Amino acid sequence: MKFSRRNDAKSEDMKISAQNMDNRNDVVPAYKSLRRNFRRHIKERIIESILFLAALFSVFITFAIVYMLVSESMVFFEHVSLREFLTDTQWTPLFDDAHYGILPLVSGTVVSSLVALAVALPLGTIIAIYLSEFAPFAVREIAKPFLELLGGIPTVVYGYFALLSVTPLLQYFFPDLPGFSLLSAGLVMGIMIIPYVSSMTEDAMRSVPMHLREGSYATGATRFQTAVKVVVPASMSGIAAAYILGISRAVGETMVVTIAAGMQPNLTWNPTEPAATITTYIVQVSLGDLPHGSIGYQTIFAAGLTLLLITLIFNILGHLLRKYYREVY
Amino acid sequence: MDHDKNLTEIRMMIARHRRWDRLFLITGIVTLMIAMLIFFALIMGMVIDGMPRLTLDFFTSFPSRRPGAAGILSAWVGTTLVMLVTAVAAVPLGVSAGVYLEEYAPKNLLTEIIEINVTNLAGVPSIIYGLLALGLFVYQLGLGQSILAAGLTLALLILPVVIVATREAIRSIPVSIREGAYAVGATKWQTVSDHILPYSSAGILTGIIIGLARAIGETAPIITIGALTFIAFLPTSPIQSEFPFLSFEWLMAPFTVMPIQMFNWVSRPEEAFQLNAAAAGLVLVVMTLAMNGLAIYLRYNLRKKIKW
Amino acid sequence: MVTNYFTQAAGSDNSTAPASKPVADKCVVKNLNFFYGELQALKSISMTVYEKQVTALIGPSGCGKSTFLRCFNRMHDLYSGNRYDGEIILHPDNENILSRAVDPIEVRMRIGMVFQKPNPFPKSIFENVAYGLRIRGINKRAILEEKVETALRNAALWGEAKDRLNDLAFNLSGGQQQRLCIARALATDPELLLFDEPTSALDPAATASIEELITDLKNKVTILIVTHNMQQAARVSDFTAYMYVGELIEFGVTDTIFIKPKHKQTEDYITGRFG
Repeated sequence: MKFSRRNDAKSEDMKISAQNMDNRNDVVPAYKSLRRNFRRHIKERIIESILFLAALFSVFITFAIVYMLVSESMVFFEHVSLREFLTDTQWTPLFDDAHYGILPLVSGTVVSSLVALAVALPLGTIIAIYLSEFAPFAVREIAKPFLELLGGIPTVVYGYFALLSVTPLLQYFFPDLPGFSLLSAGLVMGIMIIPYVSSMTEDAMRSVPMHLREGSYATGATRFQTAVKVVVPASMSGIAAAYILGISRAVGETMVVTIAAGMQPNLTWNPTEPAATITTYIVQVSLGDLPHGSIGYQTIFAAGLTLLLITLIFNILGHLLRKYYREVY
Repeated sequence: MDHDKNLTEIRMMIARHRRWDRLFLITGIVTLMIAMLIFFALIMGMVIDGMPRLTLDFFTSFPSRRPGAAGILSAWVGTTLVMLVTAVAAVPLGVSAGVYLEEYAPKNLLTEIIEINVTNLAGVPSIIYGLLALGLFVYQLGLGQSILAAGLTLALLILPVVIVATREAIRSIPVSIREGAYAVGATKWQTVSDHILPYSSAGILTGIIIGLARAIGETAPIITIGALTFIAFLPTSPIQSEFPFLSFEWLMAPFTVMPIQMFNWVSRPEEAFQLNAAAAGLVLVVMTLAMNGLAIYLRYNLRKKIKW
Repeated sequence: MVTNYFTQAAGSDNSTAPASKPVADKCVVKNLNFFYGELQALKSISMTVYEKQVTALIGPSGCGKSTFLRCFNRMHDLYSGNRYDGEIILHPDNENILSRAVDPIEVRMRIGMVFQKPNPFPKSIFENVAYGLRIRGINKRAILEEKVETALRNAALWGEAKDRLNDLAFNLSGGQQQRLCIARALATDPELLLFDEPTSALDPAATASIEELITDLKNKVTILIVTHNMQQAARVSDFTAYMYVGELIEFGVTDTIFIKPKHKQTEDYITGRFG
């Protein structure tokens, strides 16, 4: 073996390095083997397992939610038939003459949500189209964080606004409007949801690649035509997801309706009446002092299960829509 | 002749399209203005009603039956302690889960289930978390209507926010940085702890702040665990003058928080209490706006500073 | 130990003839196949990387040269669905580094890599170079300082960087960043250094300085370099391998490959008729 491992050191730099090569065993741990280092391997696996458990914990939360709602509801449905629950038109579980029909709560939820969506979806979409396709850069840079800030205002504050500002204002125009109404709560809920809808819709529209817009402009289309005929269809899945999120927020919203819509179960489709929603009923019971394990206690879990199922349907719908509309750019 | 006619038709059509364009532009600006105006009205209404009540006494007094003497001392102390529990529980759990999903998770069914699950959890109404907490924390684990139960409830609620923010922050780190670390012989955990986490920390912090800002204003789940009570005392201080200097008694103490206190006052018929509600609401809004503003500022600065 | 000597092909008596002194094997590749899932990216490649020599991998884009390079430090292990088949024997251990029993981290501790785009960490210049040492458990300031200085000198960056060691590495120019990445790889005394088109993101002046550096470095470390620039291969390498769609077409002394390639295909590529 004639070759030499040592270099002919040429420069100062190289001398240092050659010297280092010689005594590198003093400094850098010697490389004994290429084989797997078990201690290191075990440590890595332990860390990975811990992180995995943290991620798995989110699945545990879902299971816990479902388990808790279903197990308490099961006890409830031993007392009340599913038929009565779904078809009875009265919800008076705390009265002597107890009725357990969820319909009045569902109607309150649906009406307040429809009012909210009638406000949030069109206004949110218009704002999104304006910000994404029309607004100058500076306006967008200011409006976007502003909308984000508004999305962060606590819902109890919006409830205060509905009860003490919007309702009196509405009563000025419609003197017959009662102090609590689904209309007032729904309107404010709609305003509250605008930032969510507009921000997500705008994100979806901005992710449409520029060359699609340029193609449209090149054929002589105006901004509005480009927005409506090219950008909106291309970002349909994102817009649908934004709408679904808006719906699911309206259905699950609690404080605004609790404060401004009253807590009386009322089977009505008229937004100018006061009515309880599923969420306000849960709050109402929680505010009282119902003993753990009583039928009254179980009703809120049955109501909660209904709410969860409704939001779940919308979440699945959103998921399917997104798959259906999956754009290929 | 024909040609000219065609030309005028086209010009008219273009003019018509332009009108639509302008019409929408005006609609957009007006809508945005209306939205801003409503929010301005919301804030101003509270300022007008609540500002006179915002004295130092308001922050240092307990709630009272007399509206003029009532304050938010127990509420803001409660909010601070509940947020402490929430942050301590949600941050390590959420960041770990985010790191796992982004850096470790193999592409398999279980990972997909976890990912879909996190997305779905983010869409579950907050009051449902309240019901979970009522059954699980309050009764099954026997924590009662305590600060610990409330903090853990809100931690579950913001967990998806922290996970999603962590994943997004990590995803913005280019692959070349990971490969650079691996190429000098780093293990996966060394790559994560020496590079991924430090470089994504600002983004993760932004997500944590947004999550906590959301938790601070949450009312429904706290009501659901049955914590709407009249609290005219403070929990035992976490810091003690005698050994061992730290006390955890406060964790099990009954409490109230800012949004609950505000809700309490809103639902009273007397107008004087509603002025208190406005003042409490103002404090709450300033707190959440400040936190969200900080998050937006952080993100904006981040985008400017790091160019991979 | 050393398994064979390379005997130079006849007809090349140029001054820098690499085989005028005997050279030892550093890595022997035997029948290497590589798969991205179902797609076979490398097809039964066999060749030898010689110690303290520069070996260049050339070929049209998509020919698998970068894929091949990344087998040497098991970079493909980072992504699921990748599969190796065959052997890369590392000397003097005489061990197949692709074997399942071999820890990719141990491999990467001995085989360094420099990437296509400079990828310094968003840390100070000093910490970038020291990182490899720190993860080997070296934290004594004096040792770190000495090793960092040596590495920066070897990467010809010491003069420019010595007064700003605590500056963020992002503040360096592109060429300086790439030399920093070379210093980072050198700091841990690798036995083999892999270069993946190290100058493709750099301007001509920075490219020249990196090439000069590579020529200097070959006295200390074995170098395997991927390049799509044939002049660069000719300038810096002792041996050249020409690859085409996952296959090794021709391998030999650089001068031979460039002056008298055995295969028509190699000749076509080198003379610029395709690729």
